[in-house]
Amino acid sequence: MKLEDLRKIREKAEKEMQLREGKARIRIVIGMGTSGIAAGARGTLKTFLDEIEKRALTDVIIAQTGEKGLASSEPVVIIEEVNKSKIVYGDVTPEIAKRIVAEHIVNGMIVSDHVIQVEE
Amino acid sequence: MNELSLNIIDIVQNSISAGAKNIKIRLIEDTMKDLVLLEVKDNGVGIGEETLHMVEDPFFTTKTEKHVGLGIPLLKETAEITNGKFNINSRKGEGTKIKATFKRSHIDLPPIGNLEDTILTLVFAAEDINLKFTYEKNGKIFEIETGKIKSMLGSIPFSNPEVIKFLKEYIKENLKNMEA
Repeated sequence: MKLEDLRKIREKAEKEMQLREGKARIRIVIGMGTSGIAAGARGTLKTFLDEIEKRALTDVIIAQTGEKGLASSEPVVIIEEVNKSKIVYGDVTPEIAKRIVAEHIVNGMIVSDHVIQVEE
Repeated sequence: MNELSLNIIDIVQNSISAGAKNIKIRLIEDTMKDLVLLEVKDNGVGIGEETLHMVEDPFFTTKTEKHVGLGIPLLKETAEITNGKFNINSRKGEGTKIKATFKRSHIDLPPIGNLEDTILTLVFAAEDINLKFTYEKNGKIFEIETGKIKSMLGSIPFSNPEVIKFLKEYIKENLKNMEA
């Protein structure tokens, strides 16, 4: 495996991006501060990556942030969608991460039993 | 933290919060020398002298200065109880360098842990900066640098499904080769 192989992926992805004007629809932000890491945020991030790969979601980007001051609800995940309120999810285990992808990101239904904050 | 690699994520998150654009991480395992070495160098805002003393204190919390988490005192403690050494050099405006050594066979040294997912996490944390991770084990070396990945990908995000697939396999394969 060579890092240069990424160039082929780029060519293909650039063509796809032109078709849908290259805008990401949703941004997934994972809290990766000390308490998040200790509560399993690395596994949560990995689950989101696995799901994006498996479902071939090309309009989603993933990011990490530091401490959010919500230590008792770690791992914390924020879903940011264009023209919508930010949804903050708490206690996002890999299992809940899968639900967030299937229900919220793919089907547009908020996973209400894990919402801890809604930011306008 | 029950894995040394989780501590690495924590330290690197400090560097990112400190605005670092360049982060170099070296993790060395040497069975013959019975040594584990971790070095993290960044060009972030750095830590002032007063805070520097505080971050080495295990009772120091993130409340006073938001850039610094619990990672440093935890790492220092682990180095010291495993007959290793801990060193931090930092100046306001000039970045931070942390070096910790551990006695590899010491019973109180947590396992390095899931390095595969850790490297993946670090790569995804550093899409917009340059992070270089070097892992050396008994003379074999694996190096990954986000700036190089970015230059291959141009405007395609790391979170593109095929890029995720590639990076996962690339890290896995290279770590496997280290063990062979």
